[in-house]
Amino acid sequence: MKSSWYRQIGAVMRLELRKAFLSKRGWWIYCLALGPVLLTLIHWLVFRSASISKDIESHRHMSHSLGEDSLVFAALFMFYYLRAGIFFGCMGIFSNLFRGEMLEKTLHYYFLTPMRREMLVAGKYLSGLVVALVLFGGSVTASFYLLGRHFGPAWTDYLFHGPGLHQLGSYALVTALASIGYGAVFLMCGLFFKNPMIPAAVVWVWENLEPFLPAVLKKISVIFYLKNLCPVEVPIPPPFNVIVVEADPSPFWIAVPGLLMVAGILLVYSAISARHTEISYGE
Amino acid sequence: MSEAATTITFSNVSRFYGEVLGINKVSLAIPAGITSLVGPNGSGKTTLMNLMTGLIRPTQGEIRVLGVEPDHPEKLCRMVGYCAQFDAFPRGMTGYQFIYSFLRMYGWSNQECDQRTAASLQMAGLQDAANRPVAAYSKGMRQRVKLAQAIAHDPRVVILDEPLNGLDPLARAEAIALFRQWGDQGRHVIVSSHILHEVDRISDQVILLSQGYVVAEGQIHSVRSEVKEQPMQIEVRCDRPSMLASRLFQQDHVVEAKVSPDGKGLLLRTKDADSFYLLLNKVILDSGLEVESIAPADDDVNSVYQYLIGAEGATV
Repeated sequence: MKSSWYRQIGAVMRLELRKAFLSKRGWWIYCLALGPVLLTLIHWLVFRSASISKDIESHRHMSHSLGEDSLVFAALFMFYYLRAGIFFGCMGIFSNLFRGEMLEKTLHYYFLTPMRREMLVAGKYLSGLVVALVLFGGSVTASFYLLGRHFGPAWTDYLFHGPGLHQLGSYALVTALASIGYGAVFLMCGLFFKNPMIPAAVVWVWENLEPFLPAVLKKISVIFYLKNLCPVEVPIPPPFNVIVVEADPSPFWIAVPGLLMVAGILLVYSAISARHTEISYGE
Repeated sequence: MSEAATTITFSNVSRFYGEVLGINKVSLAIPAGITSLVGPNGSGKTTLMNLMTGLIRPTQGEIRVLGVEPDHPEKLCRMVGYCAQFDAFPRGMTGYQFIYSFLRMYGWSNQECDQRTAASLQMAGLQDAANRPVAAYSKGMRQRVKLAQAIAHDPRVVILDEPLNGLDPLARAEAIALFRQWGDQGRHVIVSSHILHEVDRISDQVILLSQGYVVAEGQIHSVRSEVKEQPMQIEVRCDRPSMLASRLFQQDHVVEAKVSPDGKGLLLRTKDADSFYLLLNKVILDSGLEVESIAPADDDVNSVYQYLIGAEGATV
């Protein structure tokens, strides 16, 4: 019988998704994704209770504009989601796709199926991507919605008749691109390094140094392209603003295909390497 | 069908782990039937099995499994089932899910995978435990579910690394009967085991390994007869063992003859078994000796193992 590759990829994805979503070991990834949702939920509840109690003084004290909340979300997205949540979440999800199997001594079960290793890499990567998109895409959407929820009809109007939905779409796109890019990086790290934490730490430091890097070096960081796709610019607070190096943002038509292409190259390289990967559980 | 398509061949295969030798310059042709890999720990049994299944690659040399190179898993793994030594399973799965999930990777339909899963679980006697988590299985059950997973796709080559480990005597007997059945069906069944008397019972041929080298291979009787420096031991049950012993002592090739404590048998060691059998025929004709049975006493894996490799690592 001819191999039906789509069925094989589907089988890998089913198995991986079951393991990923039901895994107790992934609790910290759920925490990374749910943390901001919890914060924005509390924000909504506090402001809602203040408006219900009609405590004018405290309401006046706490009041802020919709634009300010939009800026708060931009900062949350830039400094939490991109630089920590999605980064570490992808590290946990993707680097374990192969390294986790090696640690648990279960990779040979996959290698003993009549699948081309390239298909196995694709299946595992896609399942990791689904997990990352569900967790972090869901988290970004929920946080965005909850942050402005207390504005009531003004928020609904902002979402559906103002720039809200476009902003949310942009954040979702950046989340997806970040998952695609970091996913490819960490899948490769899991294949090549016994301890993917070390390359992850190097990548993280590099990504966080990006604002201070010269313009040429900025362009070899994922976050540079992602930052430019965010709909709201976050001003860098003093004293860091004086050491930030400005660089021309990459246009959309370069940033998106460029990131996808880099992720594609990393995945192809991982797939070729997987063909030569041997089972060595260190015994 | 060409010979290459019916045998597993190793042509001058070596495998090194850095500077550590796995196997060295191994050339083999393994026919259908049950082949046992015998050798102490670190002799290269698992390396040989991992090479056959493409889990590792040779440093040099060429391997063909029924004509297929092991670095084409999409072809090889349809023909080969491997029950590896690792006692590890994907987390959170029941026995059914474990077998079914990996069968799906063959590209078969749900229904076909379901049928194959049920059949293999039944073969392993695990149908009642199918929906229990593998983590809750006993060691014997885990071993059986691994066996079931390895053969669920009905492979022509079944490779089993220490498959009898952890099985109770009844399960062991059942497993051996199953191996025998697969061997009789014309499959290649390659088994590694430390339990030499069981290897002896099931094997059509043996491959003896020591320190990464193949020390001997073939049917155990031929391997034993090749070991010329060790006199053959033969046990004769007869009515007058003392008389037979006195006749035998006149022969140069007889090294030792011992009458058994019950006085009805003779254990002898001879350098030339053929001459002994000729002499025995003559004694029977001359003196009317009544012989109940004649059997080689060291024509088994255990003895050959002791002669060629030594006592280290043997579990009898």
